Amino acid sequence: MTFAESFVVDVDGLDALVQVLIQRGYETKGPTVHDGAVVPGPITGVREFPRGVRDEQAPGRYRLGKGDERLFAWAVGPGSWKADFFPANQVEWRAHTSEGALSFAEVGTASTPLAIIGARPCELAAIEVFDRVLGEGAHPDPRYVTRRDTCFMVVVECAVPAGTCFCSSMGTGPDVKSGFDIALSELSDADGHRFLARAGSSHGADVLAAIPHALASELDLRARLESLEHAEASMGRHLETEGLAELLARNIEHPRWSDVAERCLSCANCTMVCPTCFCSDVLDISELSGALERRRVWSSCFDLDHSYLHGGAVRSSTSSRYRQWMTHKLSTWWDQFDTSGCVGCGRCVTWCPVSIDITEEVEAIVRTDGAARVTVPTSRSDS
Amino acid sequence: MVTSEHSVASKDVPSPGAGPLTPLTHRVVRRVQETSDVATLFLEPLVGDRLVFRPGQFNMLSAFGVGEVAISVSSAPGEGGPLRHTVRDVGAVSHALVRCEVGDVIGVRGPFGTDWQVTSDVEGGTSDTRDVVVVAGGIGLAPLRGALYEFVAAARGGGRVFILVGGRNPDQIIFHDDLAAWERDGATVMLSVDQSTPQWRGRVGLVTTMLGDAGFDPRNSRALLCGPEIMMRFTARALVDMGVDPAAILVSLERNMQCGIGWCGHCQLGPLIICRDGPVVPYGGVVERLLAERER
Repeated sequence: MTFAESFVVDVDGLDALVQVLIQRGYETKGPTVHDGAVVPGPITGVREFPRGVRDEQAPGRYRLGKGDERLFAWAVGPGSWKADFFPANQVEWRAHTSEGALSFAEVGTASTPLAIIGARPCELAAIEVFDRVLGEGAHPDPRYVTRRDTCFMVVVECAVPAGTCFCSSMGTGPDVKSGFDIALSELSDADGHRFLARAGSSHGADVLAAIPHALASELDLRARLESLEHAEASMGRHLETEGLAELLARNIEHPRWSDVAERCLSCANCTMVCPTCFCSDVLDISELSGALERRRVWSSCFDLDHSYLHGGAVRSSTSSRYRQWMTHKLSTWWDQFDTSGCVGCGRCVTWCPVSIDITEEVEAIVRTDGAARVTVPTSRSDS
Repeated sequence: MVTSEHSVASKDVPSPGAGPLTPLTHRVVRRVQETSDVATLFLEPLVGDRLVFRPGQFNMLSAFGVGEVAISVSSAPGEGGPLRHTVRDVGAVSHALVRCEVGDVIGVRGPFGTDWQVTSDVEGGTSDTRDVVVVAGGIGLAPLRGALYEFVAAARGGGRVFILVGGRNPDQIIFHDDLAAWERDGATVMLSVDQSTPQWRGRVGLVTTMLGDAGFDPRNSRALLCGPEIMMRFTARALVDMGVDPAAILVSLERNMQCGIGWCGHCQLGPLIICRDGPVVPYGGVVERLLAERER
């Protein structure tokens, strides 16, 4: 078995894949339907995947409906895999004081490695963005690195993008080229319901060899390409990335920031569903018993506290906070991590309660590049 | 606050493989009240060696049970002795730190961030013959103290050091003994306050008003600025107007910092992650633009 070869695996074969990963000691997780949405959850067999589910997504709108026999005929839901590598609330250490002395206890990482079966290409791309933030540099997060290094990744390419998807603009989908252990494409046509499978690592090849599979035919390969072409053509959104980082950097005083602030609730939904948003609060919590713990909890640049310095918040207006979020995603992320902070998953568009659409906000600035905000002199004028 | 009169035995040591957010316990061995709301804490590690740092870098200080804040180191690598941090009481954590007493145990993580770039000059002799202009506002002198210690020592071989300190009022000026010692050692020291008191015999006005009288050669100077952002912005502009190369001006930036190691995202300023790319950054180029942009 070589990495270049593609194989055909049927639905029972996919179930066998889950079983093999369980037998090999992985905690197996994948997309599941929960509370009316497709979200990451525990997977013990193929029956837990969202079979026959379709999603309908638009700015501020997400609904599940009935689909066909396919298991992966939907786009991403509100939950992303970042929570499995970067938990929303994690204890860093615990300490106890007794008689004035302080003893620390480190909090380790669960020893069970994680297997993700059914991440979408944009989600893998988001994890790879996270790798640059928490996995590299002078101070890698050891628990992130452990979780990530031991993870087995099965990516399922996208056939049915949502109305808010724009991964093809960001170069993160609907196909996947690298970074996976096994890549699957779900096919459902006259030749039946089946998966085209490729190994992306020796570990993946080993697992693939352990489940029922057959060599893919030319027809199977062509069916995959047609499915991807169809997916690319049915992206609900588009974002022009050429010159985008520079465009935003030179439009810091654009009137659109005030315009979007009239609509934005500063609710932080976009940052919570975003698969690359990495901000956290470091909190020390003490109990009357003398126990102390330090936690790292997801936070958002839309919170007023996020930029708090003695004397007040640096970014006190909604306009400055929206600008921080969007220019960070699309412009300064490049300066900081040499990649875009946006993977085009569309979650921020779908889950915005007031339907703010990042692609539309960019388009508005493109149309009026260079416009300047009218500034009203204030008593805090510093000249 | 942990008062540890009791012997703090080896159980204080974080377990092997302690995570990057786990502090090293330090004991306050001396405390100096600098002004009404500023104190310097002298710290010794309970276990292990003193932290090695470069002037301008910062540590995350934990007041156990309250929280953790970023505080620049105010000692000089060359003077030996305990690690110093000069803290102003501006919030819950800094309040707890300022109120520490000798014997208390606090946490230290670091050092983190960039420095004032003095060590190469000092170690390589005085190859850099430019005038050194240090402009500090209030407690902004604290992160500069280590650099000044080194610069003044190096200047004995012939360079010139100009120390311009501003404060809102005379009570806000710290390190009087150090300023006197640096003046004795040949540095030009000038002080100015925004609001004087009857006892004040020095200058009154913003720090920028001293620049023209100081006597440094703008075309052959490097400048180190630390203080309120608005003070650094106007000082940097004034220096550039006098002919100082914007790339030869260093400023020390401050934002909310919760991790010190680039994880938490709070200290972003445009393209900069200040704990990682700063706090000390050259003024010329991107920082000049960032400081001119309205963030609010």
